Amino acid sequence: MHEMSLCESLMGVIEESAQREGFTKVTRVRVEVGRFAGVELPAMHFGFEVVARGTLAEGAVLDFDIVPGSAWCFDCGQTVELENRMDPCPVCAGVRLQPTGGTEIRLKDMEVI
Amino acid sequence: MCTTCGCSGDGATFEGGDHAHPHGAGHTHGHAHEHSHDHGHDHPHPHEGEGAHADLNYGSGPARAHAPGLSQARMVEIERNILSKNDAYAATNRARFAQDGSLALNMLAGPGAGKTTLLVETLKTLAGTIPCSVIEGDQQTSHDAERIRATGTPAIQINTGKGCHLDAHMVGHAVEHLGMHMGGILFIENVGNLVCPAAFDLGEKRRVTLLSVTEGEDKPLKYPDIFEKADMVLLTKTDLLPHLDVKVDVLEANIKRVAPQAQILHVSTRNGQGMPQWLDWLKGERRALLDALAAQAQARADMLRAAE
Repeated sequence: MHEMSLCESLMGVIEESAQREGFTKVTRVRVEVGRFAGVELPAMHFGFEVVARGTLAEGAVLDFDIVPGSAWCFDCGQTVELENRMDPCPVCAGVRLQPTGGTEIRLKDMEVI
Repeated sequence: MCTTCGCSGDGATFEGGDHAHPHGAGHTHGHAHEHSHDHGHDHPHPHEGEGAHADLNYGSGPARAHAPGLSQARMVEIERNILSKNDAYAATNRARFAQDGSLALNMLAGPGAGKTTLLVETLKTLAGTIPCSVIEGDQQTSHDAERIRATGTPAIQINTGKGCHLDAHMVGHAVEHLGMHMGGILFIENVGNLVCPAAFDLGEKRRVTLLSVTEGEDKPLKYPDIFEKADMVLLTKTDLLPHLDVKVDVLEANIKRVAPQAQILHVSTRNGQGMPQWLDWLKGERRALLDALAAQAQARADMLRAAE
Protein backbone atom coordinates (compact mmCIF):
# COMPACT_ATOMS: atom_id res chain seq x y z
CA MET A 1 0.00 0.00 0.00
CA HIS A 2 2.75 2.49 -0.82
CA GLU A 3 0.08 4.11 -3.02
CA MET A 4 -0.92 5.99 0.12
CA SER A 5 2.49 7.64 0.44
CA LEU A 6 2.54 8.25 -3.32
CA CYS A 7 -0.76 10.09 -2.89
CA GLU A 8 0.70 12.11 -0.03
CA SER A 9 3.62 13.07 -2.30
CA LEU A 10 1.12 13.89 -5.03
CA MET A 11 -0.77 16.16 -2.63
CA GLY A 12 2.55 17.82 -1.74
CA VAL A 13 3.21 18.61 -5.42
CA ILE A 14 -0.36 19.88 -5.86
CA GLU A 15 -0.12 22.17 -2.85
CA GLU A 16 3.25 23.54 -3.90
CA SER A 17 1.80 24.25 -7.33
CA ALA A 18 -1.19 25.97 -5.71
CA GLN A 19 1.12 28.33 -3.83
CA ARG A 20 3.13 29.06 -6.94
CA GLU A 21 0.25 29.41 -9.39
CA GLY A 22 -2.25 30.92 -7.01
CA PHE A 23 -5.21 28.60 -7.44
CA THR A 24 -7.47 27.52 -4.64
CA LYS A 25 -9.42 24.53 -5.93
CA VAL A 26 -8.46 21.53 -8.01
CA THR A 27 -11.18 19.76 -9.97
CA ARG A 28 -9.22 17.28 -12.08
CA VAL A 29 -5.75 15.74 -11.77
CA ARG A 30 -4.00 13.84 -14.53
CA VAL A 31 -1.22 11.46 -13.53
CA GLU A 32 1.02 9.59 -15.91
CA VAL A 33 1.65 6.06 -14.66
CA GLY A 34 4.11 3.72 -16.30
CA ARG A 35 3.03 0.16 -16.86
CA PHE A 36 5.97 -1.01 -14.75
CA ALA A 37 5.66 1.61 -12.03
CA GLY A 38 4.38 -0.96 -9.56
CA VAL A 39 1.26 1.06 -8.85
CA GLU A 40 -2.22 -0.31 -8.30
CA LEU A 41 -4.63 2.17 -9.84
CA PRO A 42 -7.63 1.31 -7.60
CA ALA A 43 -5.34 1.78 -4.57
CA MET A 44 -4.26 5.17 -5.96
CA HIS A 45 -7.91 6.21 -6.37
CA PHE A 46 -8.66 5.15 -2.83
CA GLY A 47 -5.54 6.80 -1.40
CA PHE A 48 -6.14 10.03 -3.25
CA GLU A 49 -9.68 10.29 -2.01
CA VAL A 50 -8.45 9.85 1.54
CA VAL A 51 -5.51 12.28 1.46
CA ALA A 52 -7.40 14.92 -0.54
CA ARG A 53 -10.17 15.11 2.03
CA GLY A 54 -10.25 18.56 3.61
CA THR A 55 -7.75 19.96 1.09
CA LEU A 56 -8.06 22.07 -2.03
CA ALA A 57 -8.23 18.86 -4.06
CA GLU A 58 -11.16 17.30 -2.22
CA GLY A 59 -13.51 15.69 -4.70
CA ALA A 60 -11.12 16.16 -7.62
CA VAL A 61 -11.30 13.56 -10.38
CA LEU A 62 -8.11 11.54 -10.71
CA ASP A 63 -7.30 10.46 -14.29
CA PHE A 64 -4.47 8.17 -15.36
CA ASP A 65 -2.48 8.15 -18.58
CA ILE A 66 -0.86 4.76 -18.90
CA VAL A 67 2.63 4.82 -20.39
CA PRO A 68 3.75 1.65 -22.19
CA GLY A 69 6.62 -0.30 -20.72
CA SER A 70 9.97 -0.84 -22.37
CA ALA A 71 12.85 -3.02 -21.33
CA TRP A 72 16.44 -3.83 -22.25
CA CYS A 73 16.84 -7.43 -23.34
CA PHE A 74 20.04 -9.00 -22.03
CA ASP A 75 19.89 -11.69 -24.68
CA CYS A 76 19.54 -9.71 -27.92
CA GLY A 77 20.83 -6.39 -26.55
CA GLN A 78 17.91 -4.25 -27.71
CA THR A 79 15.32 -2.03 -26.10
CA VAL A 80 11.90 -3.52 -26.72
CA GLU A 81 8.35 -2.57 -25.86
CA LEU A 82 6.61 -4.87 -23.41
CA GLU A 83 2.95 -5.25 -22.60
CA ASN A 84 3.53 -7.06 -19.30
CA ARG A 85 6.57 -7.07 -17.07
CA MET A 86 6.96 -10.85 -17.31
CA ASP A 87 6.50 -11.15 -21.09
CA PRO A 88 9.43 -12.59 -23.04
CA CYS A 89 11.35 -10.40 -25.50
CA PRO A 90 9.21 -9.93 -28.64
CA VAL A 91 12.36 -10.03 -30.79
CA CYS A 92 14.33 -13.01 -29.50
CA ALA A 93 12.00 -14.59 -26.91
CA GLY A 94 14.62 -14.07 -24.20
CA VAL A 95 13.30 -13.78 -20.67
CA ARG A 96 16.06 -11.71 -19.02
CA LEU A 97 14.72 -8.19 -19.35
CA GLN A 98 15.47 -5.03 -17.39
CA PRO A 99 12.71 -2.39 -17.43
CA THR A 100 13.99 0.89 -18.84
CA GLY A 101 10.78 2.83 -19.48
CA GLY A 102 7.29 2.87 -18.10
CA THR A 103 8.47 3.12 -14.51
CA GLU A 104 7.50 6.77 -14.01
CA ILE A 105 4.72 8.27 -11.90
CA ARG A 106 4.27 11.90 -12.85
CA LEU A 107 1.73 14.60 -12.23
CA LYS A 108 1.07 15.86 -15.77
CA ASP A 109 -1.52 18.60 -15.39
CA MET A 110 -4.53 19.73 -13.42
CA GLU A 111 -7.77 21.54 -13.97
CA VAL A 112 -7.94 24.25 -11.34
CA ILE A 113 -10.10 27.15 -10.27
CA MET B 1 14.66 23.57 12.82
CA CYS B 2 16.14 20.41 11.49
CA THR B 3 19.27 20.87 9.43
CA THR B 4 18.58 18.07 6.95
CA CYS B 5 15.61 19.70 5.31
CA GLY B 6 14.35 22.50 7.49
CA CYS B 7 11.28 20.50 8.36
CA SER B 8 9.30 20.88 11.49
CA GLY B 9 8.86 17.17 12.05
CA ASP B 10 6.84 14.27 10.75
CA GLY B 11 5.08 13.10 13.84
CA ALA B 12 8.21 11.01 13.98
CA THR B 13 10.19 9.44 16.74
CA PHE B 14 13.69 8.13 16.65
CA GLU B 15 14.99 5.58 18.98
CA GLY B 16 18.69 5.58 19.56
CA GLY B 17 21.56 7.87 18.60
CA ASP B 18 23.46 10.20 20.84
CA HIS B 19 20.86 12.89 20.64
CA ALA B 20 17.17 12.48 20.25
CA HIS B 21 14.16 14.66 19.78
CA PRO B 22 10.56 13.93 18.98
CA HIS B 23 9.40 15.64 15.84
CA GLY B 24 6.10 17.47 16.04
CA ALA B 25 3.06 15.69 14.61
CA GLY B 26 0.95 16.55 11.64
CA HIS B 27 3.49 18.11 9.38
CA THR B 28 3.94 18.38 5.67
CA HIS B 29 6.80 20.00 3.82
CA GLY B 30 6.48 23.27 2.06
CA HIS B 31 4.37 24.86 4.73
CA ALA B 32 5.44 27.35 7.29
CA HIS B 33 4.27 25.51 10.34
CA GLU B 34 5.30 26.57 13.73
CA HIS B 35 8.23 24.53 14.70
CA SER B 36 9.30 23.11 17.97
CA HIS B 37 11.98 20.53 18.38
CA ASP B 38 11.78 19.56 21.96
CA HIS B 39 15.34 19.46 23.07
CA GLY B 40 14.63 20.01 26.71
CA HIS B 41 12.83 16.78 27.42
CA ASP B 42 14.06 14.12 29.73
CA HIS B 43 15.84 11.24 28.20
CA PRO B 44 18.23 8.72 29.63
CA HIS B 45 21.71 9.24 28.31
CA PRO B 46 23.55 6.49 26.54
CA HIS B 47 25.12 3.90 28.70
CA GLU B 48 27.50 1.21 27.52
CA GLY B 49 27.31 2.35 23.94
CA GLU B 50 23.55 2.23 24.00
CA GLY B 51 21.68 5.08 22.41
CA ALA B 52 19.26 7.40 24.12
CA HIS B 53 15.57 6.77 23.75
CA ALA B 54 13.17 8.51 21.49
CA ASP B 55 11.16 6.96 18.72
CA LEU B 56 10.77 8.35 15.26
CA ASN B 57 7.20 7.73 14.23
CA TYR B 58 5.98 8.55 10.78
CA GLY B 59 2.52 8.25 9.38
CA SER B 60 0.99 11.69 9.46
CA GLY B 61 -1.32 12.76 6.67
CA PRO B 62 -1.00 15.67 4.26
CA ALA B 63 -1.33 19.28 5.28
CA ARG B 64 -4.61 21.10 5.26
CA ALA B 65 -5.19 23.75 2.71
CA HIS B 66 -7.72 26.47 2.42
CA ALA B 67 -10.08 26.21 -0.55
CA PRO B 68 -12.38 29.17 -0.90
CA GLY B 69 -11.85 30.31 -4.51
CA LEU B 70 -14.56 30.55 -7.14
CA SER B 71 -13.28 31.65 -10.50
CA GLN B 72 -12.79 30.31 -14.00
CA ALA B 73 -11.43 26.79 -14.35
CA ARG B 74 -8.06 26.53 -16.09
CA MET B 75 -5.48 23.89 -16.84
CA VAL B 76 -2.10 23.98 -15.15
CA GLU B 77 0.77 21.96 -16.57
CA ILE B 78 2.97 20.47 -13.89
CA GLU B 79 5.04 17.66 -15.44
CA ARG B 80 6.61 16.61 -12.18
CA ASN B 81 7.63 13.23 -10.95
CA ILE B 82 5.59 12.40 -7.87
CA LEU B 83 8.67 10.95 -6.23
CA SER B 84 10.78 14.00 -7.06
CA LYS B 85 10.83 15.11 -3.45
CA ASN B 86 12.00 11.71 -2.23
CA ASP B 87 14.59 11.67 -5.02
CA ALA B 88 15.90 15.08 -3.93
CA TYR B 89 16.34 13.84 -0.34
CA ALA B 90 17.99 10.70 -1.70
CA ALA B 91 20.46 12.84 -3.65
CA THR B 92 21.27 14.79 -0.48
CA ASN B 93 21.81 11.56 1.44
CA ARG B 94 24.01 10.20 -1.35
CA ALA B 95 26.16 13.34 -1.30
CA ARG B 96 26.50 13.06 2.45
CA PHE B 97 27.49 9.38 2.26
CA ALA B 98 30.10 10.27 -0.37
CA GLN B 99 31.41 13.03 1.86
CA ASP B 100 31.84 10.55 4.70
CA GLY B 101 33.21 7.83 2.44
CA SER B 102 30.42 5.73 3.81
CA LEU B 103 29.10 2.68 1.96
CA ALA B 104 25.31 2.79 2.32
CA LEU B 105 23.36 -0.39 1.69
CA ASN B 106 19.59 -0.65 1.39
CA MET B 107 18.62 -4.09 2.73
CA LEU B 108 15.26 -5.27 1.41
CA ALA B 109 13.22 -8.38 2.13
CA GLY B 110 9.88 -9.64 3.30
CA PRO B 111 9.32 -10.00 7.05
CA GLY B 112 11.18 -12.95 8.50
CA ALA B 113 13.71 -13.47 5.71
CA GLY B 114 16.49 -13.06 8.26
CA LYS B 115 17.69 -9.52 7.64
CA THR B 116 18.43 -8.71 11.27
CA THR B 117 19.99 -12.08 12.02
CA LEU B 118 22.28 -11.73 9.00
CA LEU B 119 23.20 -8.22 10.13
CA VAL B 120 23.95 -9.33 13.67
CA GLU B 121 26.29 -12.07 12.43
CA THR B 122 27.89 -9.70 9.91
CA LEU B 123 28.48 -7.02 12.54
CA LYS B 124 30.02 -9.50 14.97
CA THR B 125 32.53 -10.52 12.32
CA LEU B 126 33.33 -6.98 11.18
CA ALA B 127 33.68 -5.70 14.75
CA GLY B 128 37.00 -3.94 15.25
CA THR B 129 37.87 -3.93 11.54
CA ILE B 130 35.35 -1.69 9.78
CA PRO B 131 33.21 0.90 11.58
CA CYS B 132 29.57 0.04 10.97
CA SER B 133 26.26 1.64 11.81
CA VAL B 134 22.69 0.53 11.30
CA ILE B 135 19.34 2.17 10.60
CA GLU B 136 16.47 -0.14 11.46
CA GLY B 137 13.08 0.38 9.85
CA ASP B 138 9.98 -1.23 11.34
CA GLN B 139 6.39 -0.19 11.74
CA GLN B 140 6.60 -0.69 15.51
CA THR B 141 9.01 -1.65 18.30
CA SER B 142 12.72 -1.11 18.73
CA HIS B 143 13.52 -4.82 19.08
CA ASP B 144 15.76 -4.88 16.04
CA ALA B 145 17.82 -1.83 17.02
CA GLU B 146 18.29 -3.40 20.47
CA ARG B 147 19.55 -6.62 18.87
CA ILE B 148 21.99 -4.62 16.76
CA ARG B 149 23.21 -2.56 19.72
CA ALA B 150 23.91 -5.74 21.62
CA THR B 151 26.74 -6.33 19.12
CA GLY B 152 28.27 -2.97 20.11
CA THR B 153 27.25 -1.31 16.84
CA PRO B 154 25.47 2.06 16.93
CA ALA B 155 21.91 1.69 15.67
CA ILE B 156 18.88 3.87 15.35
CA GLN B 157 15.33 2.66 15.05
CA ILE B 158 12.83 4.35 12.77
CA ASN B 159 9.23 3.42 13.44
CA THR B 160 7.16 4.16 10.38
CA GLY B 161 3.80 3.80 12.14
CA LYS B 162 1.41 2.81 9.38
CA GLY B 163 4.09 3.43 6.74
CA CYS B 164 5.09 0.35 4.75
CA HIS B 165 8.58 1.49 3.71
CA LEU B 166 11.41 3.85 4.58
CA ASP B 167 11.88 6.99 2.53
CA ALA B 168 14.90 9.18 1.93
CA HIS B 169 13.63 11.89 4.26
CA MET B 170 13.45 9.53 7.24
CA VAL B 171 16.90 8.18 6.47
CA GLY B 172 18.33 11.72 6.26
CA HIS B 173 17.07 12.40 9.77
CA ALA B 174 18.26 9.09 11.10
CA VAL B 175 21.76 9.74 9.76
CA GLU B 176 21.75 13.11 11.48
CA HIS B 177 21.08 11.38 14.79
CA LEU B 178 23.35 8.44 14.22
CA GLY B 179 26.65 10.12 13.49
CA MET B 180 28.78 8.48 10.82
CA HIS B 181 32.33 7.18 10.78
CA MET B 182 34.64 8.01 7.93
CA GLY B 183 34.96 5.00 5.65
CA GLY B 184 32.30 2.99 7.45
CA ILE B 185 29.44 0.83 6.26
CA LEU B 186 25.88 1.97 6.87
CA PHE B 187 23.34 -0.82 6.75
CA ILE B 188 19.79 0.44 6.25
CA GLU B 189 17.38 -2.35 7.07
CA ASN B 190 14.14 -1.46 5.35
CA VAL B 191 10.68 -2.34 6.61
CA GLY B 192 9.98 -6.04 5.98
CA ASN B 193 7.91 -5.89 2.82
CA LEU B 194 8.44 -7.37 -0.64
CA VAL B 195 6.50 -4.66 -2.45
CA CYS B 196 6.53 -1.05 -1.27
CA PRO B 197 10.17 -0.28 -0.35
CA ALA B 198 11.22 -0.98 -3.95
CA ALA B 199 9.99 2.37 -5.25
CA PHE B 200 11.90 4.56 -2.79
CA ASP B 201 15.52 5.49 -3.36
CA LEU B 202 17.18 6.13 0.01
CA GLY B 203 20.47 7.40 -1.42
CA GLU B 204 22.11 4.00 -1.07
CA LYS B 205 25.14 2.87 -3.05
CA ARG B 206 23.97 -0.72 -3.32
CA ARG B 207 20.71 -2.60 -2.91
CA VAL B 208 20.74 -5.97 -1.25
CA THR B 209 17.59 -8.07 -1.44
CA LEU B 210 17.21 -11.10 0.81
CA LEU B 211 14.93 -14.01 0.14
CA SER B 212 14.80 -17.02 2.42
CA VAL B 213 14.61 -20.37 0.67
CA THR B 214 11.47 -21.19 2.64
CA GLU B 215 9.58 -18.51 0.74
CA GLY B 216 9.36 -20.57 -2.43
CA GLU B 217 10.87 -20.33 -5.89
CA ASP B 218 8.22 -18.16 -7.51
CA LYS B 219 8.62 -15.06 -5.31
CA PRO B 220 10.95 -13.23 -7.74
CA LEU B 221 8.28 -13.56 -10.45
CA LYS B 222 5.47 -12.54 -8.13
CA TYR B 223 7.34 -9.55 -6.66
CA PRO B 224 9.78 -8.51 -9.39
CA ASP B 225 10.18 -4.86 -8.30
CA ILE B 226 12.05 -5.66 -5.10
CA PHE B 227 14.58 -7.80 -7.03
CA GLU B 228 14.81 -5.69 -10.15
CA LYS B 229 17.26 -3.05 -8.88
CA ALA B 230 19.16 -5.35 -6.54
CA ASP B 231 22.93 -5.48 -6.89
CA MET B 232 23.10 -8.52 -4.64
CA VAL B 233 20.48 -11.14 -3.86
CA LEU B 234 21.11 -13.22 -0.76
CA LEU B 235 19.29 -16.53 -0.54
CA THR B 236 19.08 -17.04 3.20
CA LYS B 237 18.46 -20.02 5.50
CA THR B 238 20.06 -22.40 3.01
CA ASP B 239 20.76 -24.84 5.87
CA LEU B 240 17.05 -25.69 5.65
CA LEU B 241 17.24 -26.85 2.03
CA PRO B 242 17.44 -30.59 2.86
CA HIS B 243 14.04 -30.28 4.56
CA LEU B 244 12.32 -28.39 1.76
CA ASP B 245 10.93 -29.20 -1.67
CA VAL B 246 12.09 -25.91 -3.09
CA LYS B 247 14.12 -26.17 -6.31
CA VAL B 248 17.08 -23.86 -5.93
CA ASP B 249 18.00 -23.89 -9.61
CA VAL B 250 14.48 -22.72 -10.51
CA LEU B 251 14.65 -20.07 -7.81
CA GLU B 252 17.96 -18.79 -9.14
CA ALA B 253 16.70 -18.80 -12.72
CA ASN B 254 13.71 -16.73 -11.60
CA ILE B 255 15.97 -14.21 -9.86
CA LYS B 256 18.15 -13.95 -12.98
CA ARG B 257 15.07 -13.40 -15.06
CA VAL B 258 13.96 -10.30 -13.16
CA ALA B 259 17.41 -9.12 -12.08
CA PRO B 260 19.90 -10.24 -14.71
CA GLN B 261 22.62 -7.97 -13.31
CA ALA B 262 22.40 -9.10 -9.69
CA GLN B 263 24.91 -11.35 -7.99
CA ILE B 264 23.40 -14.26 -6.08
CA LEU B 265 24.84 -15.75 -2.91
CA HIS B 266 23.63 -18.64 -0.76
CA VAL B 267 23.99 -17.83 2.91
CA SER B 268 23.19 -19.43 6.21
CA THR B 269 23.91 -17.80 9.53
CA ARG B 270 23.41 -21.22 11.15
CA ASN B 271 26.15 -23.16 9.40
CA GLY B 272 28.10 -20.18 8.05
CA GLN B 273 27.61 -21.04 4.39
CA GLY B 274 28.33 -18.08 2.11
CA MET B 275 29.25 -15.76 4.97
CA PRO B 276 32.92 -15.38 3.87
CA GLN B 277 31.78 -14.51 0.32
CA TRP B 278 29.23 -12.02 1.65
CA LEU B 279 31.89 -10.37 3.82
CA ASP B 280 34.31 -10.32 0.88
CA TRP B 281 31.66 -8.62 -1.22
CA LEU B 282 31.12 -5.99 1.47
CA LYS B 283 34.83 -5.33 1.81
CA GLY B 284 35.26 -5.22 -1.97
CA GLU B 285 32.43 -2.71 -2.36
CA ARG B 286 33.82 -0.55 0.41
CA ARG B 287 37.32 -0.66 -1.05
CA ALA B 288 35.98 0.23 -4.54
CA LEU B 289 33.98 3.13 -3.11
CA LEU B 290 36.92 4.52 -1.14
CA ASP B 291 39.24 4.13 -4.15
CA ALA B 292 36.78 5.93 -6.41
CA LEU B 293 36.28 8.76 -3.92
CA ALA B 294 40.02 9.07 -3.34
CA ALA B 295 40.64 9.19 -7.09
CA GLN B 296 38.03 11.95 -7.43
CA ALA B 297 39.58 13.92 -4.59
CA GLN B 298 43.05 13.44 -6.10
CA ALA B 299 41.85 14.61 -9.50
CA ARG B 300 40.39 17.71 -7.89
CA ALA B 301 43.58 18.35 -5.93
CA ASP B 302 45.61 18.05 -9.15
CA MET B 303 43.29 20.47 -10.87
CA LEU B 304 43.60 22.98 -8.05
CA ARG B 305 47.39 22.67 -8.02
CA ALA B 306 47.56 23.09 -11.78
CA ALA B 307 45.63 26.34 -11.39
CA GLU B 308 48.16 27.77 -8.93
